[in-house]
Amino acid sequence: MVAFILRRLMQSLLVMLAVSAVSFSLFNFVGDPVNNMVGQDATREQRQQIRVELGLEDPILVQYSRFVGNMVQGEFGVSYRIRRPVEDLIMERLPATLELVFVSAILAMGFGIAAGVYTGIRRNSWLSRVLLSTSLVGVSLPTFIIGIGLIYLFAVHLRILPSSGRSGTVDLGWWKTSLLTREGWASILLPAITLSLFQATMILRLVRAEMMEVMRTDFIKFARARGLSERAVNFGHALKNTLVPVITIIGLNIGNLIAFSVITETVFQWPGTGLMFIQSVDFVDVPIMSAYLVFVALMFVIINLVVDILYVAIDPRIRIGSA
Amino acid sequence: MTSAPGPSAPDPSASPPERELGAHPEHQGRMGFFARLMENDVAYSFTRSPTAIIAATITVLAILACFAAPLIAPFDPFDPAQISLWDGKLPPAWAEGGQAQYLLGTDNQGRDMLSTILYGGRLSILVGLTAVALGMTLGVALGVISGYFGGAVDAFVMRIADVQLTIPGILLAILINGIGRAVIPQELRDDFAIYVVILAIGLTDWPQFARVARGATLVEAQKEYVMAARVIGLPAWLIMLRHVLPNVLRPVMVLATIGLALAIIAEATLSFLGQGIPPTTPSLGTLIRVGNEFLFSGLWWITLFPAIALVTLVFAVNLLGDWMRDALNPKLR
Repeated sequence: MVAFILRRLMQSLLVMLAVSAVSFSLFNFVGDPVNNMVGQDATREQRQQIRVELGLEDPILVQYSRFVGNMVQGEFGVSYRIRRPVEDLIMERLPATLELVFVSAILAMGFGIAAGVYTGIRRNSWLSRVLLSTSLVGVSLPTFIIGIGLIYLFAVHLRILPSSGRSGTVDLGWWKTSLLTREGWASILLPAITLSLFQATMILRLVRAEMMEVMRTDFIKFARARGLSERAVNFGHALKNTLVPVITIIGLNIGNLIAFSVITETVFQWPGTGLMFIQSVDFVDVPIMSAYLVFVALMFVIINLVVDILYVAIDPRIRIGSA
Repeated sequence: MTSAPGPSAPDPSASPPERELGAHPEHQGRMGFFARLMENDVAYSFTRSPTAIIAATITVLAILACFAAPLIAPFDPFDPAQISLWDGKLPPAWAEGGQAQYLLGTDNQGRDMLSTILYGGRLSILVGLTAVALGMTLGVALGVISGYFGGAVDAFVMRIADVQLTIPGILLAILINGIGRAVIPQELRDDFAIYVVILAIGLTDWPQFARVARGATLVEAQKEYVMAARVIGLPAWLIMLRHVLPNVLRPVMVLATIGLALAIIAEATLSFLGQGIPPTTPSLGTLIRVGNEFLFSGLWWITLFPAIALVTLVFAVNLLGDWMRDALNPKLR
C-alpha cells in the first residue's frame, strides 16, 4: 500500500514537472515579456537592462528551476491585461468554479442515484422507460447546446431565471459565495443543471446496471427469504453493494465536471477560472494561461491520486498483485 | 485503402471499413467487388440491423449533402452578390413573414440558413475527419511500434497515454487549442484557426488509438505468420506495415467512427466558445455561436437549425459506431 502510494506520488510529480515545462515554454514562445513592460521608445540598453533584471539572460535551466521554485510558492507573475498578480486572480475566481462544480456534483449524484435505483428495481415501469430514453438523448447532446436550450426555456421564454452572470453573492472575506441568497441560487441553478446533466445520466446508467446485477445474487434472495422489508433489501443490501464502482466514477467525474465547467462558464458568462482562461487566450495573457495549465494539472493529479487510493482502500481485491 | 502506406481518413459511411478487412486474402480477386463486400460477416450483420441502416443512411446523406453544397445549396453564402441585408432575419418559410425561397429563414446578414448550414456542415465534417485521421495515424503508429517492440519504448509511450487519458479530452483540446492560438501572431490567427483546431483534437485523440492498436499488435505479433516473416528476414518496419497493420485495423475502425462523432462535437464546442473556426467561414459551431447572440431577440431559427443539424449528424455517427462495435466484436457473435 505504501509502495503503491509512493509510486503514484512519483508519477504525479513527473506529470507536474512536464506540465510546468510546457507552461514555462509558453513564456518563451509567445511574445516578448519586455515589450509588455516598457514603452515603445525604450532604448536598446534599457531593454537589455530589464532582461538582465528579469533573469532572461540566464541559462534556460536556471530560468526553468526559478519558474518551478516560484510555482511551488504559488507565484505566477502579473497578468499582462489586468496588471494584478495571477495567483490573486485565480483565488478570486476559484470560489465561483468550485461552487458550480459542487452544486452540480450534488445534483448529479442525487438525481443519478435516485433514478438509477428506481430504474434498476422497477425495470418495466413507464417512468423507467422515459428516464432511460431521455438519458440516451442527454448523453448525445453537446453541453453548450443543453445550456442554450435551458437559457432559451427559462430565461428568454419563461423569464423566471437569469440567463447569465453570478449575482447575489455574499462576501465572507476570503470566499464569495452565491449559496446564501435567493438571487445567488437563482443564478447558479441553470449552469449547475447544465453541467450536471451529463454526469447524472452516467451515474443513472451505472447505478441501474449495478443494481440489476446485485439483485440477481444469492444474498439478495436470502435477504428476501429472511423476510426483510423491501426497503431494507433495496437500500441496506443492494444499494450498499453497488457503491464501489459508483464512488470511483463519481470521483473521476469530478475531473469531468471541472473540464466541462470551462464550457458551461463561457455559455453562462459565469465568472470562474474556466471563463478566465478562455478570455486570457483571446488577449494572449500568458501568465494567466500558464498558471491555469499548472492549476488544472494539479487538480487532476490530486483527484486521480485520491481516487486511486480510495479505490484500493475500499476494495481489498485490488490490493492483491498490484501493490 | 489497405494498400496505402498509412491509415487514411476514416470514411464513416457504412461500407468501406469492412471492405477486405474480414475477408481471407486467398478469396480476394476472383469475385466482383460488390459480391466480395456482401460476402462479409459484417455486411450480413449490417443488413440485419435497422438501426445501423437508418444511421448509415442519415450519415451518408448528410455527408453527401454537405460536400455537394456548392451544387445543391439554393444560395452561395460567401457570394456578397447573392446576399441582401433587406432579407435579413426572415423566419422559416412556414412561419409568419417567411419567404418561400428561404426554406429555413435567413440569418442577421440575410444569408439563407439552409445554405449556410450545408456549407458549415461541410467544414465541420472536414475538420472532424482530418482531426480523427491525424489522431488515428499518430496513435496507430505509436501503438503498433510499442506493441511490436515492447520494452522501454512501450513503457514510455503507454505511460504518456495513461496520463493523458486521465484528463478529459474536451479540456485537453481546449488547452492545446488555447496554447496554439496564443503562439500564432494575432493577425494570422483567423487564417490558421482551422489547423490549430485540427491539431488540438488530433493530439487529444491519439491515446485511445494507441491503446487499441498496441493490444491488437501484441496478439498479432505472437502469431505464426509474423514469426515466419521474421524468420525470412523482413525488416521490422515492413512486417509492421504489411503484416501487423492490416490486422489491427478492425478495432481501430470502430474507434475512428466514435472518434469522428466526438471530434465533430469538439470542433463545434471550440467554435462555440469563440476559440475555433472564425465567423468568416462558419462551421456548425460558429453558426450556433452567432445565432446564440440573437436568441434573446426571439430569432430562434438562427440557432436552432444548425444545432439540430449538428445533433442529428453526431447522433447518427454515434449509432453507427455503436453498431460497428457490436458487429466487429467477436465475443458478441
